[in-house]
This record gives sequence, C-alpha cells and structure tokens, in this order.
Amino acid sequence: MLDYVTSYLHSDTTPGQAGNLLWALIYIMLIFLGLSVAVIAMNWLERKILAHMQVRLGPMRVGPHGLLQPIADALKLLIKEDIMPAEADPWVFWMAPILVVITAFTVFIVVPFGPTHAVTDMNIGVLFMLGVSSLSVLGIVMAGWASNSHYPLMGALRSSAQMVSYEIAMGLAVVSAVLMTSLNQTGTGTLSMIGIVQAQQAQHVWFVFKFFPLGLIAFGIFAIAMVAETNRAPFDLPEAESELTAGFHTEYSGFRWSLFFLAEYSAMIAVSSIAVTLWLGGWMRPFPTWLSGETWDLVFSLIPGLSFLLLAAIAFLGVIRMPKHPYFRVQTIGLAGFGAVLGLIGLILFVPPVRDRIQDIFWFSAKVAFSMYMYIWYRGTFPRYRFDQLMRVGWKVLLPLGIGVLILTAVAGVWL
Amino acid sequence: MQPIATTFFFYFLSALTVLSGVLVITRKNPVHSALALIVALLAQAALYLMLYAPFVAGVQIILYAGGIMVLFLFVIMLVNIEQSQREEQFNKQWIIGLASAIALGALFVFVFAKSKSLFPDRGISMPEGSNTQQVAVLLYGNYMFAFEIASLLLLVAIIGAVVMAKKRI
Repeated sequence: MLDYVTSYLHSDTTPGQAGNLLWALIYIMLIFLGLSVAVIAMNWLERKILAHMQVRLGPMRVGPHGLLQPIADALKLLIKEDIMPAEADPWVFWMAPILVVITAFTVFIVVPFGPTHAVTDMNIGVLFMLGVSSLSVLGIVMAGWASNSHYPLMGALRSSAQMVSYEIAMGLAVVSAVLMTSLNQTGTGTLSMIGIVQAQQAQHVWFVFKFFPLGLIAFGIFAIAMVAETNRAPFDLPEAESELTAGFHTEYSGFRWSLFFLAEYSAMIAVSSIAVTLWLGGWMRPFPTWLSGETWDLVFSLIPGLSFLLLAAIAFLGVIRMPKHPYFRVQTIGLAGFGAVLGLIGLILFVPPVRDRIQDIFWFSAKVAFSMYMYIWYRGTFPRYRFDQLMRVGWKVLLPLGIGVLILTAVAGVWL
Repeated sequence: MQPIATTFFFYFLSALTVLSGVLVITRKNPVHSALALIVALLAQAALYLMLYAPFVAGVQIILYAGGIMVLFLFVIMLVNIEQSQREEQFNKQWIIGLASAIALGALFVFVFAKSKSLFPDRGISMPEGSNTQQVAVLLYGNYMFAFEIASLLLLVAIIGAVVMAKKRI
C-alpha cells in the first residue's frame, strides 16, 4: 500500500500516464480546490477592480475591504428558495446547470500546470479541451429552452449562434499554433498540452513571438474569440442585462444559479489556460534562454515568495490605514491576520524544496491570472457589441484573418 | 497504462447508446429526442476512445455533439412544440421500418456468428500515441485526392445553401 503511494513520487510523468489512480484523485481534488478558491477570489477581485475603474469603493462592509463578501454571497445563494417555473420542462431544467458545471470542470484534467503537474496527458489534449468546452453551449441552450420564458429563450438563441460562429475562428487560431509545434527537430507536431509547451521549450521561443507577427495575430484572434466563447463583456449578449434581464439564467435562482456562476468563471480560467499553454509558454518562466544561468534561475525562483510578501505588505498597509475607531477593531485584526497568512505562505515558498516544486505552477497561474485581469479590464472599458456587429466581426474579420494566418504559418514553416 | 474494467465500460457504453437511440425515436418532444441523440453520440465517442482512436473521438465530440446538435436544437427551439406534439404522424411506414430493422439485425447476427472466418484473428496493436498522425498521413498522403474532392463537394453545398437562402444576390 505504502509502496503504491510512494511509487509515483519518483516518476517523471503525470499520474494519469503512470496509471496511479490514487495520485490522479489527489490531483483532481487539488485542482477542484484551487479552482473553487480561484472563483471566489475572482468574484471579489472583479467587483473591486471594476469599482476602482469606475472610481467607486466596491464591497466594503462584509469583512475588511469586503474580503468576506464572496462567502456571504455563497451562503445567501445556498439558503435562497430554489424556484422552478410552473410550465418549465423539469428534466431539462434540472440537467442544464449540471451539464454546464461538468463540462467546465472536466476540461481541467489535461491542463498542464507543470511538466508533471497535470491529471493526465492526452494525445488529443487541445482537441479534448475545445470539444468539451464546446459542449457547455448545450447546457446554455437547454437552460434557455427549459425555462419556457421569452428572455431565456432569446438569450439561448443568441448564445448558440455566437458560440458556433466564434468556435471556427478559435479553431483556426489553435490549428496555426499546433502547426508551429511540428517545426522542432523530430518533425512531428502534437496536440498534447504538455507536448505543445515542450515544443516551445525545444524551439526556445513562446509561440506568440514565433514568425512575428503571425503568432501574435493568431493569439489575438484567440484572445477575442475566447471572450466571445465565455459570454463575457463586450460579447455578453446572451446575458445582456439591459435587454434580456439576465439572459439564459433569468429563471434560475439559488443553488442552480450559483452553478451557472461557477461554470462561467471556471470556463474563463479554462480558455485562459488554453491560451497560456498554446502561446504564452505554459509553465515556463519569462526569458528562459535570454536570462539563463544559475543566478537568474535563483532570482526567478524567489519571485513566487516575494509576490506573496508584497501582497502581505499591501494587507498591512491596509491595517495601518484603517480608522482608529473601536468600531473597526475586529476588521483591523482580521485584515492583520489575513496579511499574516499571506506572509507565512510567502515565507514557505522560500524554502528550497518547495521553491523548486512550486515554480511551474506559479508561473502558469500567474499567466492565467494576467489573462483573467484582462477579462475584467475588457468589461470595465468596452461597451457591448450589437448582435450584427458581433456576427460581422466573427465571420468577416476573424475568420478570413484566421485562414490567412494559417496559410502564412504553413508557408513560413516550410520555408524558414 | 493497462486499461481498467474494459468489458464493463464496453457494455455500459453500448447499453447507453442503444437506450438513448431508442429514446430518440420514441420521445414525442423533439427537444428530448435531440438531447437523447447527443447522449448517444457522446457514448459513441467514448467507444471510439476504447478502440484507441482518440482523434476520431475528439472530432466526434466537437463536430456532432458540439456543432451539429447545437444547430439542431437551435432550429427545434424555434418550432412551436405544443402544436407539433399534438399532430398525428403522417407517414405510416412502420411495416417497412420493422422489416428493414429485422433485416439489419439479422445481418449483424450473421456477421457476429461468422466473425471468426470473416475477419482475421488479430488483436489491435496500435499504440495510443500515433493515432492522430496516422489519420493525417492517410488523409493528406494516400487519399489526398478523395479528401480534396469531398471538401469541394462541401463547398458546393455551402454555396447552394447561400443561393437558396438569399433572396437577392
């Protein structure tokens, strides 16, 4: 038994490939936990960042700087009454949120957080991610139809039209990145997520900068299409508040609504991790060849700990700036405790064995976090597209551009 | 890695495919039929995975379950379902249907009984890793001409659809 547990520790593959069921389950649990924490953090960050962009304060009441607001919201959603419309189709209404959540979480089994830090590595990794995340539109369509109400149905119709059209541009961008993997020494390309990052490692270049500007354009197409795929502003027509109340989830409440919320955010993280894997070098640290050598390795390995210490410092700055009124005492102590926890995590990340193992996961998460910040930034700055504009961008701009980039990448790959 | 519980998964997925296939033709509500069809297609994709054909499975999920069925649902949602449910089925061809189903079943049973002599007794030895590459080599190497002709046919179909849909060109 103990042998079975420890046997994986010395292997250099993912638990799925090593065939170790126990470690695969542990990885799944860890990813599920990390995702849940990430969704909670995103909920708070999105409201705070949007508020600061609009010169507001955002949530300030529950906990210091509103830090406990997501937990309060989750509790509120769990104890709310779960309403089902009288004329709704019960089976489909019941299945839709479950389907959306399952698809949003399933894709994470191939996301490579490091060379061995993935649940498994599939031969068809990218294809699997695109396919399973394209199933989520079925859940949205089912939700909109089963509600038996006008606004959800219109939201679902918009959503299916939008997703089907942007999937094509997205696929073309992905294919041009996959083409780039075939230019390494062995000459065969790969669809596996780990293989794609290893190809970037072997070619000493992130695919954004490969065949400049072809990689950059493909990445741009994907970055636009992924916002449309996840129904986020400025492409949030399926749930446009000002036109359709809440779009496809108008009739959902309580726990089922929170499932849609969870699925939306984890789908955002999923497509961001596709983008990071395909173009931004996956788990590699910045400048792996330009700033190479022992010293630079050491400097970059200190960054995870330092960034947590920076967060702790910001928390303590907040403690100092708290009003010195007895009314705020509990909040001040809470914020100081939060800062202390962050600082402790930062100090643990300086311990050499931890430091070496956490590297890939940190850089991957940092790149995904940057992409998530871009999502919030888009939402804060762009007005919503009109539906005909949306279709025009998808079919008349992104699709021809994608085909052009694909052909030029193939030509460049053959000649260069 | 050795496959686990292959027999169980094969029978489970086959039963799922057959059951949802039956649901597709027995449900009166077209949306329920379409959803059952999606389940059948996904179970089929899993069966492809068990045959060491991951690429075919992935394409099955993306194209059929994720693309075509979404368009199916898109159209069905626009139909007034209460009315279509009350309508009597107008093509009464169940005798022919039954006959062809029995014929097909008999063919399957025949092939299954004769399988030892029809197919060479050879286990599948294809490694999982090379399936995508082999499909690509076949499509873009050996059968390049047929593949391109098929894509040309699809292009003609697209142009035809545009011509029929557009009133003024």
